[in-house]
Amino acid sequence: MTSSKQTTGETTPGTTSRDTSAQAQAIDVVGVDRVFRRRRDEVVALQDVTVSVAPGEFVSLIGPSGCGKSTLLRLVADLDTPTSGSVTVFGKSARQARRDQDYGIAFQQAGLLPWRTVASNIELPLKLHGVGASERRARSCELLELVGLQDFGRHHPDQLSGGMQQRVAIARALAERPRLLLMDEPFGALDEITRERMQNELVRICRETSAAVLFVTHSIPEAVFLSDRVVVMSPRPGRIVEIVPAGGGMGTSHERTDEVRDAAEFFHTVATVREHLHGAPVVGARAVENR
Amino acid sequence: MSAAISTEVSAQDATQPQPRPPLLNGLRLSDLRLSAVLAPLAVGAAFLGGWQLAVDGLGIDPYIVPAPSAIWDQLVAARSNIVDGMVVTGRNALLGMLLGGLVGVLGAVVSSMVKVVDQMAVPIVAALSVVPIVALAPVLYTMFGAAVDTGRIVVAALAVSIPVYLNTLRGLRQVSAVHRELMWAYAATPTQVVRTVTLPTATPYVFTGLRIASSLAVISALIAEYFGGPVGGLGKAITSAASSSNYPLAWAYVTGSIVLGLAFYVVTLLVELWFARHAPRT
Amino acid sequence: MLGRLRAGLLGALGVLLVAALWDLYKAFGPEQGVLVGERTLILPRATDLAMPHTWEMVRRLFEPATGLRGAPTALEAVLDASAFTLSIAARGWLVGVVVGIALALLMTRFKIAEAGMLPWIVLSQTVPLIAIAPLVRRWGAQIEFGSFTWENEHSVALIAAYLAFFPVAVGGLRGLKSPARTHVELMHTYGVGWWRTLITLRLPASVPFLLPALRLAAASAVIGSVVAEVSIGLRGGIGRMVVEYAQSAGGDPAKAWAPIFGAVAVGLVAAGAVGLLTLALRPFHLTETIR
Repeated sequence: MTSSKQTTGETTPGTTSRDTSAQAQAIDVVGVDRVFRRRRDEVVALQDVTVSVAPGEFVSLIGPSGCGKSTLLRLVADLDTPTSGSVTVFGKSARQARRDQDYGIAFQQAGLLPWRTVASNIELPLKLHGVGASERRARSCELLELVGLQDFGRHHPDQLSGGMQQRVAIARALAERPRLLLMDEPFGALDEITRERMQNELVRICRETSAAVLFVTHSIPEAVFLSDRVVVMSPRPGRIVEIVPAGGGMGTSHERTDEVRDAAEFFHTVATVREHLHGAPVVGARAVENR
Repeated sequence: MSAAISTEVSAQDATQPQPRPPLLNGLRLSDLRLSAVLAPLAVGAAFLGGWQLAVDGLGIDPYIVPAPSAIWDQLVAARSNIVDGMVVTGRNALLGMLLGGLVGVLGAVVSSMVKVVDQMAVPIVAALSVVPIVALAPVLYTMFGAAVDTGRIVVAALAVSIPVYLNTLRGLRQVSAVHRELMWAYAATPTQVVRTVTLPTATPYVFTGLRIASSLAVISALIAEYFGGPVGGLGKAITSAASSSNYPLAWAYVTGSIVLGLAFYVVTLLVELWFARHAPRT
Repeated sequence: MLGRLRAGLLGALGVLLVAALWDLYKAFGPEQGVLVGERTLILPRATDLAMPHTWEMVRRLFEPATGLRGAPTALEAVLDASAFTLSIAARGWLVGVVVGIALALLMTRFKIAEAGMLPWIVLSQTVPLIAIAPLVRRWGAQIEFGSFTWENEHSVALIAAYLAFFPVAVGGLRGLKSPARTHVELMHTYGVGWWRTLITLRLPASVPFLLPALRLAAASAVIGSVVAEVSIGLRGGIGRMVVEYAQSAGGDPAKAWAPIFGAVAVGLVAAGAVGLLTLALRPFHLTETIR
């Protein structure tokens, strides 16, 4: 454990010299391995993973279950530590970034505290970090409006549908105006209709807050619709297969509207991601045929 | 093992991962329906009617079992004595419940924080949960004196502390993984974690323990009176009425003790439901 | 294995710690206890009479129970009484379990039975059984079928059953109602009747709830036996012995503790025996829980 930390310290300057813009990166993951040891079994969850997220950029991690996409996000959130390699968030170690509260996080389960009202759930991180009551109230009002739940502030989570609970969780993640959002399959438990609506709202929220996002999903259209770049991963051991840019005719992640879902570029990118996921060689023509 | 179960549950039903407190079984204050009141009342009325008819029709001696009407007459006639007895026994039970509840909760908090204490407490808790606590009454009377109620309060407290301890300990371990990770992501201090997540999660379980213990407290305080100590409580009253062959009066006192036990139970149940009111539906 | 050894050692340490606290209080506590007001003790007297040394309690076990010549040691007397009480409790437990499961089945089958009976079953446990014990004896005295006469120990067993049925009825009901609706509906689509559903689905599902209930019933049966022995005045068991030995506490304070240890032993043996039953039902209790 200690030795890996020392390596982290040594490799960071190297990273900086390699890439002059590294200091500005929201997330910089370099050569990360994560090995889980259980008794005699060793499971390589991540192997030599290198990826970065620029400020304001939306990056999705996609792959079958067991490919380590959630593990990667947990490393960035400092919910786990890498076996080797370095994870930096805004130029600091992941631990320091967590202590400085540089990111907001949302899980697959909304994880709201059932005994608190919706508004006080949103205010929770502010309260924990010593923000005054009137400021908290103002912020939660703002956020409730942002996620379209202005009439539900005094409700309790058990009175809300799954989609509404998830919107509260996103509002809570945004409470401290983080420059980085970490989202682990936040729409995984929602139905397709609610899901698309939530995706549209997330695009709008990202545009208004201009936060960088690291987004874990197993839905290809969701990843393509939301992202500037889609990181395709494969399991056993968890590696990055390809990083697919999603832009061109679709515009940047902040410019997406429902029309993008019908654009040729969208289908093309979906096909490319799918082929990388299935491990087939990428042939441009086939990808077009596919649609 | 229970950890494996809870992860399985949360994987299946991601939207509602929290387990409910034990025995509540989905019951809510708002779920109480008229039928839930009428059906037991009908059963009770049929039971009492059958009893009265049996005593009248078969000419059963009050020595065996007095008629409900005879008990009712005594209940009305001796009501002030019965209420006095309820106050004496109820006071012991209440003090025992407060004391036992406090001991149980504090013990569970210490056990949940220090694993060694938890393991050291296992045989003592096991012994206390199988031993008839009232068997300790004679010894406790010698320790605290037979002229005062302390021994009875300690008996009730011991009986209460075990279910409260076990349930609180369960509750303290119910904090879901999401909430724990959320607190970690917020870089919350240990005190903040306890205040924001651990204690609110455990609170309904504490009251589940208190509800289970409530009628136990009354019965223990009452039975302890049989082993000696000052007069005035329901237990002494039942024996003295029975020994003077006034069986309807003895039954009237028994009725008083049932009402007392029920009052303790209902109050703790309502408090429990109040604290669990926002637990997600299963 | 090592974990079990550790748990055993720590448990023994816990018992020793309680014994040490007892003797420490005895050594340094005030002789007359701690008073609140005129005469209400909140901490016990520390005299030899009120609090015998723990080693005195143990030593007393190996001395003759009474002053008579050829009297057995206190330990032997306690063991005899424990065996007697245990046999009564076992009968009570058996009756209680049968009645409890029958009630649980009835309440599962007919919703109206649950609505009408459950509150009364809960209420039944608020009846101070010590008050009804003499009645049960009187009722029993009326019973005579041919050569069968109702003995006092049957009354004690009946009262043990009165306490033991409660956890079984409540736990059984919860267990039988525990299968998820999807499972019940699956049975329905198979066109299976209530009894087949009971045997293939509800009974196995109830095992995780029944096992803790059976253990609880064993403890309740022991408690019921001991208390009923006292109030009926049945000789030969632990309950009566508690009262008898307490009367000699004036001259022989350590003696009063002997039957209390016996009562603990009976309870632990009863709960342990039911624990063995748990092993036999292992295939069904993969999910044992007292939810």
